[in-house]
Amino acid sequence: MSLPKATELPIGAVVTEPGSTRRYSTAGWRTLKPVIHDDRCVRCQLCWLYCPEGTIAEVRGVFKVGGKTYDVKYEIIYDHCKGCGICANECPTKAIEMVPEAP
Amino acid sequence: MQIQKTRKIEALTSNYAVAYAVKAADVDVIAVYPITPQTTIVEKLSEFVANGELNAELIHVESEHSALSAVVGASAAGARVFTATSSQGLELAHEVLHIASGMRLPIVMAVPTRAVSAPISIHNDYGDVMNARDVGWVIYIAASAQEVYDTVIQAYRLAERALLPVIVAYDGFLMSHTVEPVELNDEEEVRKFLPRTPRPYTLNPRRPVTMGPLASPDWYYEFKYQQVLALQEAYKIAKDVDAEYSRAFGRGYGVVEAYRMEDADYAIVTYGGAAYGNAKAAADLARERGIAAGVVRIRLYRPFPTADVLKAISGVKALAVLDRAIMFGGPAEGPLYRDVATAMYMSGLDKPAVNVIHGIGQRTMYVEDLYKIYTMLREGPRKEVVFMGVRI
Ligand code: SF4
Ligand code: SF4
Repeated sequence: MSLPKATELPIGAVVTEPGSTRRYSTAGWRTLKPVIHDDRCVRCQLCWLYCPEGTIAEVRGVFKVGGKTYDVKYEIIYDHCKGCGICANECPTKAIEMVPEAP
Repeated sequence: MQIQKTRKIEALTSNYAVAYAVKAADVDVIAVYPITPQTTIVEKLSEFVANGELNAELIHVESEHSALSAVVGASAAGARVFTATSSQGLELAHEVLHIASGMRLPIVMAVPTRAVSAPISIHNDYGDVMNARDVGWVIYIAASAQEVYDTVIQAYRLAERALLPVIVAYDGFLMSHTVEPVELNDEEEVRKFLPRTPRPYTLNPRRPVTMGPLASPDWYYEFKYQQVLALQEAYKIAKDVDAEYSRAFGRGYGVVEAYRMEDADYAIVTYGGAAYGNAKAAADLARERGIAAGVVRIRLYRPFPTADVLKAISGVKALAVLDRAIMFGGPAEGPLYRDVATAMYMSGLDKPAVNVIHGIGQRTMYVEDLYKIYTMLREGPRKEVVFMGVRI
């Protein structure tokens, strides 16, 4: 991702476009990112519950994993995940792995 | 001196000189909170507003933190604003100093300087404004009531062009409450000198913007670097503004003032009214007694006028930097000394330079004391900081 230079930004950090917060990534400071291994996930919902950023999405659908079918799966919204690792710590099946961000 | 007929000369304190300049600048919003020795500025401005001589919104606030916050808001909305403070008030407003400069608001604030507590002193030194020297504001330090008047007007022009807040500082009591003749400009001419130019961004419901938002690690550093560039640019703008002012009104000061420096062997580098006045008298005395002495006064303190200072001292054999503030625990306690030393080191200029601190809490500085600085310089280099005038 290439961000604008100091001289290209509005003076004084003014946000000139209303509603642009939706596009504002608050994940730039993450050094490790959680990756969910769906085959190990038992759909206990603990990561979704514990994530302090509310950045784990509960996706509805029909998901065949291994021999099982689930009606839900969990996905990380990487634009807002801060990489705290709480989800990985709470996951009872160790389905979430923290992997280094590409520099 | 030839005085033009359109000009008026009034007997004014430096505080009243500020008030007259603010009136001439036709400000829109003034936040007022009394603190010694600043109070008479806002008293006079209240009078101007009450009499209908100045059409401004005067906001009574409950602290200096609120005063600066109020003008931050008004300035964000596009108003031309003014406030003033001193000492503990400036300390209380310190948090908002960063906000004003980070938001790049052209606020002008007068600071008749005063020693900071504890113990309580209402008297003068520069401990207060020196605590605010590194927060992204432009800082002028004036040395006469006339210069205070002229500088406040220049400050609006600089602030609005550089999009930076500006402090105009000067000696509390020694200048804020002593009367000098001040030549006042025609107010119409001042208003022509300070046209209202639209700012890139202001609070406006028809063109909504967010000011002072969150900047995560991806963004914050760039905005701080913008401020570095803005202060660098302000150095040039300050010189231009002074030259333009001088053309328009016949009085200019430059960013650094040099007194008898053409052939000086020994220099005192300092700031403010009392130190500069006494240093000039001491230089005269030293010259009578056969020492080629001179004085360099820093008028624009932030951005630091490095090139002009180096040029002014380039010919001397030794110099003393006279500070009227103590910044505790550094390699030398004088703030200006550290600036001058850094400037010399970074440019490779190697001169014996001693840091002299005097006039703390308005300890009387006698001309004879400052004359002694010249004889001390002539005797040879001294490394330790000299706390002159203190009982040790
Ligand atoms: S690492 Fe932290 S912020 Fe990111 S998904 Fe896990 S719990 Fe949420
Ligand atoms: S905590 Fe682990 S097992 Fe539970 S839903 Fe999240 S990823 Fe799946």
